[in-house]
Amino acid sequence: MQNDYQALTNIASQVRRDIVRMVHNAGNGHPGGALGCTELLVLLYFDIMQHQKDFTMNGDNEDLFFLSNGHISAVWYSVLARSGYFPVEELATHRKINSRLQGHPTTHEKLPGVRIASGSLGQGLSVAIGAALTKKINEDSRWVYVLMGDGEQQEGQIWEAAIFAAHRQVDNLIAFIDLNEQQIDGGTEQVMANRDLSAKYEAFGWEVFACDGNDLEALKTIIEQAQQGQNNGKPKMILMQTVMGQGVDFMMTGHHWHGKAPNAEQANEALAQLKETLGDF
Amino acid sequence: MPELQYSFTEKKDTRSGFGDALLTLGQTNPEVVALCADLTGSLKMTDFAQAYPNRFFQVGIAEANMMGIAAGMTIGGKIPFTGTFANFSTGRVYDQIRQSIAYSRKNVKICASHAGLTLGEDGATHQILEDIGMMRMLPHMVVINPCDYHQTKNATLAIAAYEGPVYLRFGRPKMPVFTDPNQPFEIGKAITFIEGTDVSIFATGHMLWYAIEAQAELADQGIKAEVVNIHTIKPLDLKAVLDSAQKTGCVVTAEEHQIFGGLGSAIAEVLGQCLPLPIEMVGVNDRFGESGTPDELLKKYGCSTLDIVKACQKAIERKKTFNQTKAALV
Repeated sequence: MQNDYQALTNIASQVRRDIVRMVHNAGNGHPGGALGCTELLVLLYFDIMQHQKDFTMNGDNEDLFFLSNGHISAVWYSVLARSGYFPVEELATHRKINSRLQGHPTTHEKLPGVRIASGSLGQGLSVAIGAALTKKINEDSRWVYVLMGDGEQQEGQIWEAAIFAAHRQVDNLIAFIDLNEQQIDGGTEQVMANRDLSAKYEAFGWEVFACDGNDLEALKTIIEQAQQGQNNGKPKMILMQTVMGQGVDFMMTGHHWHGKAPNAEQANEALAQLKETLGDF
Repeated sequence: MPELQYSFTEKKDTRSGFGDALLTLGQTNPEVVALCADLTGSLKMTDFAQAYPNRFFQVGIAEANMMGIAAGMTIGGKIPFTGTFANFSTGRVYDQIRQSIAYSRKNVKICASHAGLTLGEDGATHQILEDIGMMRMLPHMVVINPCDYHQTKNATLAIAAYEGPVYLRFGRPKMPVFTDPNQPFEIGKAITFIEGTDVSIFATGHMLWYAIEAQAELADQGIKAEVVNIHTIKPLDLKAVLDSAQKTGCVVTAEEHQIFGGLGSAIAEVLGQCLPLPIEMVGVNDRFGESGTPDELLKKYGCSTLDIVKACQKAIERKKTFNQTKAALV
C-alpha cells in the first residue's frame, strides 16, 4: 500500500487533469473544491486506507470514506476510477444522462465506491458516525473517514452530530474540513464567518488537528498522528487548509471557480499546467 | 346500540405494540438497533434500551442527526429503528430522510408515534396530519399505519424482515384491541374485516375501529357496508381496492390525517385512473388541529364514527345519481 510521495504526486496530477476534463466535458460542475481536495483523496485511497477493490456496501473490515460535500464529486470519481473501482473511461459520462456518475454522488445507480447519496449539505458527518458505531458493534477495528466543506459548517445538523460523536466517544472516526475559506456567494468570512473552528470542535470534545491540505507529507503526518488516539474516546477533526482551485493558477482566485466549468481555451490552459502521468480517460 | 361485528376486552395504545415487538426483535434479530431522540418512554422503547444497552442509541433532541446516523448504521448491516413523534419523524427531517434514507435506499425503519389528532392536549404543533402524504411521495418508501396493538406489533416484526426504508406510523391513545394476535402482517396486503355490498369503507390506523362502529350503525339502517383495512398505504393493495369498489359502487376513506395527500388521495388516484366512482373522504379538511381530548378532537375535526356514517350515506346517494347520469349518457 505504501507509495512514495512522487508516485502520489503523479497520481494527483492525473486526477486534476481528470477533474478539469470531466467538468469541461460536462459543461458544468464544481472544479474548485475538487482541485483543492485532490491531495487528501489521493492520499486516502492510494496510501492510507485499507480498502477492497471488490466493492461491498457493508465494507466490513475495511476503511470507509464518506464525502459530505458531494458537489466535489469529480475528484472522488477520478480517484475511485484510478484506484480500480470502475473503468476510467466512465469518467467521460459524468453529469450526463444515463450515467452512474451523477452530479452529486448517489447509490441508486450502484456505482462501486459510493455508499450513500450526498449533496444536500450537512448530512455526511451523521452518516459517518452511524457507520463508525456499526463498526464498533461489529468489533471491526477499521477507520471511518469523512470530508466536509467549511461553508458546510453553517448547517445546524453538523453541530448535532458534533455533540453526539463526543458524547458517545466515536473515536474510530476521522473527520476533515476543507478550509478553503470560499463558498458560492463569496469568502466564508464575508458570507458567514465560522470563526475559530478549532476552538469550537475542541469545546465540543473532539481532538483537533490542523495542517496544510495541499501538502501530501503534512497530511500523512497529521492523519497518522490522529490515528494514535484510536481508543482515546475522542472523535478526531483535521482542519485542512487548502486553496480552492489548487494546481490551476487562474482558478486559485477565491470563490469564482466553485461551480463553473472551463471553456475549451481555459481547459487547455489548465491542462498545460498539469502533467499527464497515467493516461487521460 | 347496534351490534358490532368485532369485540374487545381491553384497550391498549398502538405504541405499546411497537415497544413490545421491538423488545422481541432484540432477542430474535441481533442486527436490530434502536435510536431515540429523547422520547424513550413515550415511544415505549425503554424495555429495549434496558435489555440491549449496546444496541440502543440515545441521540438527544437532534432528529436530523438521528436520521443520518440511522442511515450510516445500515452500512455494516444493522437494521436501525428510529423513534420519535410523527411530526419530528417526518416534516422536521424530510431532507435527511429523502437523501440519506429514501434516495440511498437504506434499510431504516422510521417509527413514529403520536401521529394525528389523537395525540390530544399538546395541540397542533405536535399533531401532524401531513406525514402520510410526505412519506408516500418519496420513491422507495413503504408507508404503514396499523390499527391496534396487535397489528402494530405484527407490523413491527414484519418490517424488520423487509429490506428497505419504511415509515411506520402509530399513536398515543388507548384503543380497542380487536385484531387477531396470530394474524401475520403482510406488507401491502389489505384486510377485509367485514364484507358488504352497498359501500366500501377503506380505513387506516385508529380509524378502522370507528369504521367498524359505523358499519354496525349502517347495518341498523339496512345498509351493508364493507370494511377494508388499508394498513399499508404504500404500496397500496390496488386489487383489493378495485375489487371492493367495483362490487359496492361507492367509496368512503377514513384516516386521521389531512384528506389531501394521505389515504383518501391514494385511493382517489387509483379510482380516478381506472374506476371513477363516487368517493367521500373522512379526514381533516385543510386545517391544523388544536388542544383537546382525542374524542373531542375527532368529533370537531370530522373524524368520528358519525362522520363515517354520514359519508357512507352521502356516497350511496351520489352512487344513485351517478348511476342515473351514467344510464342517461350511455
